[in-house]
Amino acid sequence: MRAAVVTFPGSNCDRDLVVAMEACFGKPVVRVWHADHELPPVDLVGLPGGFSWGDYLRCGAIAARAPIMAAIRRHAERGGYLLGICNGFQILTEAGLLPGALVRNAGLRFVCRPLRLAVANRNSAFTSAYGEGPVTIPVAHHDGNYVIDREGLARLEGEGRIAFRYLDNPNGSVADIAGVLDARGRILGMMPHPERAVDPRLGSEDGKPLFASLLAAIGG
Amino acid sequence: MRAIVTIRFKEGVLDPEAVAIGRALRGLGFEEVRAVARRKVIELELDGEDREGACRRVQAMCEQLLANPVIESYAIEIPD
Repeated sequence: MRAAVVTFPGSNCDRDLVVAMEACFGKPVVRVWHADHELPPVDLVGLPGGFSWGDYLRCGAIAARAPIMAAIRRHAERGGYLLGICNGFQILTEAGLLPGALVRNAGLRFVCRPLRLAVANRNSAFTSAYGEGPVTIPVAHHDGNYVIDREGLARLEGEGRIAFRYLDNPNGSVADIAGVLDARGRILGMMPHPERAVDPRLGSEDGKPLFASLLAAIGG
Repeated sequence: MRAIVTIRFKEGVLDPEAVAIGRALRGLGFEEVRAVARRKVIELELDGEDREGACRRVQAMCEQLLANPVIESYAIEIPD
């Protein structure tokens, strides 16, 4: 398992994601700057949460056009794994690497609290270590309202590409979607923060199985 | 040369901020407000005099950055 985490100007969960990955993978994680043009040789790239470029224009819009994104596209084309959390999810949709878009929460409020999620697909490289039953992972976002057209939603549902669903939808997302996979199951975008749920002192360890799933899929 | 790009949500994409604005207006007694739509206007000052070329370039800017084609449509105006 070789993993990297990208930092954009305004990322604020990059260090948390590195700490969580290093704890769960037992290996150092490489940090990459958005202005870099190349990725180190890695199996997994994490796009962290935060407010890249101050959410200017649209959340994730500017970051999705950063110099590093060309290398991230090549990584994805090679079948590399990509995990986008919160702002990272917004960046992945803005980059067209995942379908749909994330718009302002239906209730217009910033939502910041632990939420119960259903693991809707337990066969993916990101979710295979989850058991049955709901998990608790925190969210912290203002623009997590997932929208996609009817055909796109039917495709996601039909192909088992909804990884997580909210049990108490906090933002108006269509079909309670909290996380989606790409067609090959190598890219996951999710609004909840698994990296904030890897230590009992933080209130939940329900993020750990996500990293354990990746470790099992990719290998030590 | 000046180009004006107007970006709006596509039909079918619910804009919760527009809904809230409508609700607030009706709360103020403007009961005739049936619907509210918000648009984003981006004004560009461009080098060069070729209007057609500029229009193509601005269209490329919209496709690559200014609008998100998943949820937004855009219109370009280059005033005389």
